[in-house]
Amino acid sequence: MLLTCTDVRKTFGASVVLDGLDLSVDEHEVVALIGASGSGKSTLLRCVNLLTGIDDGTITLDGEDITDPKINPDDVRQKIGLVFQSYNLFPHMTVLDNITLAPTRVHGRPVDEAKSQALEWLARVGLADKASSYPDRLSGGQQQRAAIVRALVNSPRLLLLDEVTSALDPELVGEVLTMIRDLKGDTTMVLATHEMGFARQVADRVAFLDKGRVLEQGPPEQVLGDPVEPRTRQFLARIIEAGRL
Amino acid sequence: MTTDAYRPSDVQLGRTAFRKRQAVRSVLVAALSTAVLGTLLGVAVTSAPGWDRVKQSFFDFHNAKEFFPQILEGLWLNLRMLVFCAIAALALGLLIAVLRTLRGPVFFPVRAIATLYTYSFRGLPLIIVIYLFAFGVPGLRLQGTPSVTVLGGAAIVITYGAYLAEVFRAGIESVHPSQIAAARSLGLTYRQSMRHVVLPQAVRRVAPPLLNDTVALQKDVGLISLAGPIDAIRAAQIGVAQNANFTPYVIAGVLFVLLALPLIGVTDWVTLRAARRQNAGT
Repeated sequence: MLLTCTDVRKTFGASVVLDGLDLSVDEHEVVALIGASGSGKSTLLRCVNLLTGIDDGTITLDGEDITDPKINPDDVRQKIGLVFQSYNLFPHMTVLDNITLAPTRVHGRPVDEAKSQALEWLARVGLADKASSYPDRLSGGQQQRAAIVRALVNSPRLLLLDEVTSALDPELVGEVLTMIRDLKGDTTMVLATHEMGFARQVADRVAFLDKGRVLEQGPPEQVLGDPVEPRTRQFLARIIEAGRL
Repeated sequence: MTTDAYRPSDVQLGRTAFRKRQAVRSVLVAALSTAVLGTLLGVAVTSAPGWDRVKQSFFDFHNAKEFFPQILEGLWLNLRMLVFCAIAALALGLLIAVLRTLRGPVFFPVRAIATLYTYSFRGLPLIIVIYLFAFGVPGLRLQGTPSVTVLGGAAIVITYGAYLAEVFRAGIESVHPSQIAAARSLGLTYRQSMRHVVLPQAVRRVAPPLLNDTVALQKDVGLISLAGPIDAIRAAQIGVAQNANFTPYVIAGVLFVLLALPLIGVTDWVTLRAARRQNAGT
């Protein structure tokens, strides 16, 4: 197992966001987290990346307990990529500088090498002509693709994607989803998403989160097509009503 | 393109002509109202019963000519003080602002000292700080005590550093936490995140207020004259005392305004540019 979360608990004041959550992810596996807003998807991703501390339980990466307080969070984050719903590109840097910042400053790679690797990636995702543009000159879909490249150039063991398409209009969603689908196989991914069609296409396993736990998980066809739990069925029915499946 | 070249419609041509007439009218009206107000003010001042005496003691050509070189020479000291104090105060302000953001129990004393500093020196009148430094420090009779000019400059730097630190801190706090989250998620340390992500954005954002404080600093360096060095104000004061005529003060005042104009111009330009960037953002 690459990632295991065991009995993870996280509270914000009185509200319990993760309530004894268990989840494990194999190498090269793609796991889609689905569930209503507030079910704990984003919080789980932030906890795995140690941006937020947990209140109880254990998270291991490559068998190492990363929730041990003696561990240096910076070392763990170097192995995990995180892509945000609102892109969070650095507005004062060009797209190229955004992408080469971590390789040169964190991983100590030579600037030329980092640059040519970044340009290769940008070409691969159709952004070669945007390398020297500032993020505010890019469309939302282009910004999100650049943000995904920024996470990928560090060759993370694990890529976390936090509702990466929910800030995009429908026409731009497609280009980001295509890019993620192309990454499947090389990269281990955990993605929180509201796009059920995408989860079905790209995920090896879908996990339905409810009230801070994984209520049901399995192959996409089973969880999305023939769920066992009444709560999952209810959630999917609402999604179908809203026309998102 | 195969279509005919665009030609404005008659309606649009009418609009353009109307706007042009309006623009000409606006300029004429503005010129007329300025002339009327200027004349009224001029008449009001020059027809005052004491105008002749005021003119003689504040706007006397011979006095102006006699003391202009000394005042200009003094202004050279002000200008050097301004450059030195501005750079030093900006550096000090940035340092204090960063110290105040440090987290963790180890840094408690550093944070406490930085906070105490910004609280006390923003409250303490600059004049008192100058007196304390220029007259208090030499009183210690330590070896290698710097000149009064340097001590007065240090007083200005320490006082302005406290204000600028708060401006920098406001800038640092205005950078959205998601930017730090993005930097940390890439594996950057806290220091790297500050250096490469937070500070560049913070400084850009607060450039206009920082420059505005520099304009204020520009005239406050004149307070150095209280400690003794002959700057433009002290030179004017000497002239005033010599001939019992206030004209040198007016000359010094005009020179200070001229000195400030470029800096004010730059401030306005930077502010405008910042506002445009903000509006152009997503």
